[in-house]
Parts: sequence; C-alpha cells; structure tokens
Amino acid sequence: MSFVDQSIQIGSLYLKNPVLLASGTVGYGNEIAQFTDMSKLGGIVTKSLSLKPRKGNPPQRIVETPSGMLNAIGLANVGVEVFIKEKIPFLKELDTTIICNIAASSIDEYVECTKILNSVDIIQAFEINVSCPNVKEGGLIFGNDLNSVGRITEKVRAVTKKTLIIKLSPNVSRIADFAKVVKDEGGDAVSAINTLVGTAIDIWTRKPKIKNVTGGLSGPAIKPVALAKVLEIKRKVDIPIIGIGGIMNWKDAIEFMIAGASAIQIGTVNFINPNAGVEIVEGIETYCEKCSIGKLSDIVGSYQI
Amino acid sequence: MYIEKARVDSIQTLVPNTYLLKVFSPLIASKIKPGQFCNIKVSETDYPLLRRPFSICEVDGNYLHFMFDVHGEGTRILSSKIIGDEIDILGPLGKGFTYDGVYKTAIIIAGGIGAAPFPYLVESLPKDKEVHCYIGGRSKNNIIDYGMKNISVSTDDGSLGYKGTIVELFKQEYEKFKKDSVSIFACGPNPILKALQEFTIAKNIDCQISTECAMACGFGICQGCPIDNADGDGYYLVCKDGPVFDARMVRL
Repeated sequence: MSFVDQSIQIGSLYLKNPVLLASGTVGYGNEIAQFTDMSKLGGIVTKSLSLKPRKGNPPQRIVETPSGMLNAIGLANVGVEVFIKEKIPFLKELDTTIICNIAASSIDEYVECTKILNSVDIIQAFEINVSCPNVKEGGLIFGNDLNSVGRITEKVRAVTKKTLIIKLSPNVSRIADFAKVVKDEGGDAVSAINTLVGTAIDIWTRKPKIKNVTGGLSGPAIKPVALAKVLEIKRKVDIPIIGIGGIMNWKDAIEFMIAGASAIQIGTVNFINPNAGVEIVEGIETYCEKCSIGKLSDIVGSYQI
Repeated sequence: MYIEKARVDSIQTLVPNTYLLKVFSPLIASKIKPGQFCNIKVSETDYPLLRRPFSICEVDGNYLHFMFDVHGEGTRILSSKIIGDEIDILGPLGKGFTYDGVYKTAIIIAGGIGAAPFPYLVESLPKDKEVHCYIGGRSKNNIIDYGMKNISVSTDDGSLGYKGTIVELFKQEYEKFKKDSVSIFACGPNPILKALQEFTIAKNIDCQISTECAMACGFGICQGCPIDNADGDGYYLVCKDGPVFDARMVRL
C-alpha cells in the first residue's frame, strides 16, 4: 500500500494521479486498453471531436524526424453524434477520468459541441483545441489570435459548468498572454503545448514528406520548448497548467511538474509504448518515496530559480 | 496483442541488402497469422523514435522470422543486430490473408521485398491447394525465392526470367490457370499492385493485396496510415483494417 498521494485537483476536476493520455494519441480508448490498465491512469483525453465527422487529411500523414515525428492527421474523427452513440458506452466502463477534446471551425461550432456533450455524465471536463496546426479552418487561426482565444473561452464557459481547459499553441511569441486571457474569461486551466509547426522535404523529389506540406512536431525533440512554455506561464499567470510535450518517462513528468504543471499528458510515447502511462505513475511513486514526498502536488512549480 | 522482448537467434543475408532475422518470441508466435505484421523498436533510445512495421515472414515453433531490405536508419540498425540481442516487438497486428476459401490454385505475386509475407502463407495453405509463385525484381540479385514453390521469375533488366514486370508475366500466363478457380495473394510496390488490381477486377478474379504505409503505432491510435476506400469517400487504416485488403476494397 502506497503512502504517496498523487491526486490532483484542477478546478472541479479531481484526478487520482497527474498522468493523462493526450488527445489524438489514444483515439477513444478502446485500442490502447488492450495494452494497458486504464484504471491506473489519471485520465484520458479523447480524440478531438467536431460537430460533424471529419475524414482527415490524405496520406502521407506522418513522418519521423530526429527524436520526433511530424503529423498532419487533420482532425479525423467520428463527430459528436457517433461519439455519443458508439464510443461513450466503452468509455463508461473505464475506471478513469474522461476529458473530451473539442476542435471546431467556428466559435459557434465549439459552443454547439460543448452544449451537446455537456449532458453526457461521464465527461468530466472539456479540453478545447484552439491550436491544431493541420486544418485550414479553425485551428491555429484561433490559436494565435488572443481575441479569438478569449471569445472561445468566454462562449464555451457560458454553456458548461464542467472543468474547462484550453489547449494552447506554442506557435506564438508570448504564450503567457494566452493563458492570461483564458484565466480572465473563466477558463479553469490551460494545456501546454500542442505541436510545433514543422516540415520535412525529400531531397530527391524536392517534395514535402507530408502531403499537407507542414505538420505538427511532437516527441522528445520538443520537450525543452514545452518545458520553457510551461515555465513561462507558471511565472506570469496564476492558472493550473497541464504540461504536454515529449514526455517519455517519469523523469520527464516530474520535470514538467517542477516547472509548474499540475498534471501532464503523454502523447507520442503511446505509439511506441502503450503502457507508458502506467509506468510513469509507478515511476512517480518511487520518486516520491525516495524524496519523502507525501503529497505529489507539493512539487508543482517548486523550481529553484 | 503482446509486447515481447525477443532474443535474436540468427540473422542472415538472403540476397544483397535483404536480411532474414529470426527471433525467439513465443507469445506472438503462438498467435500470429500469415499477412499480419509486427511493429518493432529497433533501438532502446529515442533515435529512431518510432517502431518499424514488418510483415511476418515465417513462424517456426516459438520463433518468428522477418525479412527486410535495408533502406533507412531503422533497417540499418536492425540489420546490425547480433545473436543474443533483444528487440522489442509489438504484435500480432492487422488483418492477414484469408486463404481457406473455395479455390484450387493459390497464386502468389511478389515484387522485390514484397516476398516477405509469403513463406508463412505458402506453408499455411491447406494441403489440397496448388501453389504457383510469381516473383519479380529489378535484377537477378533482387529475386527472393526464400520459402516459395513453383516459381516464375521476372526482372526489370531481363537478367533472369521474363524481362518486364511480374504482373505483365502473370497476365501472359493467366490463360493456363483460367479453367480452374484461383485466388491471388500479392505484395510489392504500388505500381505493381495497381496493375494487378486493374486486371483482377476486370477479370473478376479474387485477389488480396498486402499494402504498406508509414505508420507510428500500428494498432489504430495514431491514425497515421490511411488508404482510400474503393469509392474514394473515406479511408481505411492500413494497420487495423489491413494491411491485407481485398483488391476491390481500396483505391491505390
């Protein structure tokens, strides 16, 4: 029996531990459940949902880069209606927290999606994706505009009392300004960061390796950038942060928490080691025991600068 | 599906640049079917970061065989493994070949490293089926006949067998199979599969093709490996819905 309290509180959202599976890297939970015990995780953030189904981008959608990968999936998803009918029954059986990620092409669509999903009991929080780099409408057009992020937060806030998290883009010059707008408009937390815009070119054909020309860079290659963004927000804005970006193991997770993240999400690593989340929870446990930390949340933002 | 640390038992060069890797992997070996694949982590570090998908080539008791060409950093590292090394394998993945139907002759059509899935299929076919294997390559050094039977060969440069593509050769010889029911199993470069698909759909011949696509996870969560459905109004995932498809199902 463990004496380490890994529980985390973000707004009204209670997590049994800080390890969440990131949106877009675990679908709706069913595939990864074959490899890992979901009940040991803090929660799962489902693949971005839009009002109507989206087919996604044509191949090639992904390419590997040094210690990272570029993806341009294009928000392929089943849409809100099919999600509720076909995916919720499985998610209901999981003994873990369900956070629903929403991506949209207009402010109205964000609001409409949230309204519909708000009535689904097992969804305990919303993560609003204003930072997908791979779609023409919505995505980054919102994500790097302070005014848009503010309006989306305000309008979505008005239709749900559930915990509201805004997923921020790193493709901006001052991410803390965006976190401040989220806080001012009633958001409960921010997730940082979404992927960085990147590309790769085949030198023989001179064509981009990704059909969409650019994609979102993820994986260990982006960890230092993500950490710096988390730190920047932590030092300037008083809002809970969910740290994301290249976390591969428990050491990375602890590093993000020290930099200011209340919880963390893992993404790319799920593709390589679908049991990574559980291993991270166990690693955090051992770390806390070694360092005589009784309550994990005490280390959040404990950097010595 | 399992994640297994598999010990390398042997690695041999079949033809220049093509390797056959044998690993001890009892859990996956007990379950995997012809045409399925495994996603292999070739290093313990973050470089290369992603796993690499490989068709199952052969199963021998508790051992798996993988056949691969070296064409990048991942396969270069894999080719340098030595006996006793451990590699991290995730599998079995995807949908394999359906080969227990009502037909008399199984026709295998392989282009280059597209030969990889067929030793296991040939071995697994019901004993009452006849087998004929069509193997194509750029030149005689690229003809991989490992585990194949009743072989016809083509090379692009004419250095061995018929000069031209393997599908051209098959089309010329199809008449001799015509009176019996056949089922075709194919794997190889996209232009080959496309030409074969056109021919088999026009002649209404059963044909299954093993496709490939860059992918990250191999089991459906990354959504990185779409392939157009036949109507072109949606995608299948190569990793989960394939890699083997009925040729009528997809647009190449």
